Amino acid sequence: MFEITFNLFNREIVIPESIVNVYIVVIALIIFALIVNRKLKKVDPNKPPSGLQNVMEILVEAVENLVKQTMGEKQFWFSPYIFTLMAFLLVSNLSGLLGFTPPTSNYSVTLTLALVTFTLTQFFGIKNNGIGRYLKGFTEPMVFLTPLNIIGEIANPISLSFRLFGNILSGVIIMSLVYNALGLIAPLITPVLHAYFDVFSGLLQTFIFSMLTMIFIGGNFDN
Amino acid sequence: MLQGITSEAFILGCSAIGAGLAMIAGIGPGIGQGNAAGQGAAAVGRQPEAQGDITRTMLLGQAVAETTGIYGLVIAIILLFVRPLLTAYLELGL
Repeated sequence: MFEITFNLFNREIVIPESIVNVYIVVIALIIFALIVNRKLKKVDPNKPPSGLQNVMEILVEAVENLVKQTMGEKQFWFSPYIFTLMAFLLVSNLSGLLGFTPPTSNYSVTLTLALVTFTLTQFFGIKNNGIGRYLKGFTEPMVFLTPLNIIGEIANPISLSFRLFGNILSGVIIMSLVYNALGLIAPLITPVLHAYFDVFSGLLQTFIFSMLTMIFIGGNFDN
Repeated sequence: MLQGITSEAFILGCSAIGAGLAMIAGIGPGIGQGNAAGQGAAAVGRQPEAQGDITRTMLLGQAVAETTGIYGLVIAIILLFVRPLLTAYLELGL
């Protein structure tokens, strides 16, 4: 809802609203995680699950099954990262409903997430294939295609980040245009736009981003 | 320069035209996504029991097909809101 300005070494540094909202989202998720952790420690394992525990078990199992399906049975240890990514993106994209500027409408946020995926992809590519086979993979199927392969590899994080950024930002821009154009009667029309841009588009982009992350990283493992 | 139009206004107007032209890139993803959705509907009609898998694959393919449209959108947003041409003009001081 606000931006932070402070002085450092006589230079004014502005933290934009969307970055402040990253901190808000992260703090909210941490508090939620602590609450869930405290509740689940008290649970009696002999009783059937109920309430919050039930919901969390459904979510965790769904993500684990998705990871097993896309990355292979052995890579299910990747599900905590995917779950974290999904939770952060989901809360970020849906925060537009509460009047926040979605954190993902700032390019630095999406580029950071895409670079994490890119680094993990390259790391597991080198770790699982060895540096020789990893480098040889770029010269396939023919040697003179090497520059194209390298460009294709670098294009992955760029398109991954721009996809999320463009979808969320276009929603923010279109909705602010409608709010400014219609003034007081805007609340009659904007719920439809919120339902499409925030809920539908936000959920879909969360799913797509984590799905593509799983596919990129999982491509380095032999199933 | 053109009579009655300042150079800044001319650059801003041309940037707006450029942003509009960049959004023509939306045609391609539109055709591609429509094609994917149509094929998806046909696949569900043929095999209703595989609806979950088909929907997931379709959405993933559509998201990837959307990339070129998003590139056009980003160019348009940069032209409209970051205004690199105006900045370059003012810095050069022509």
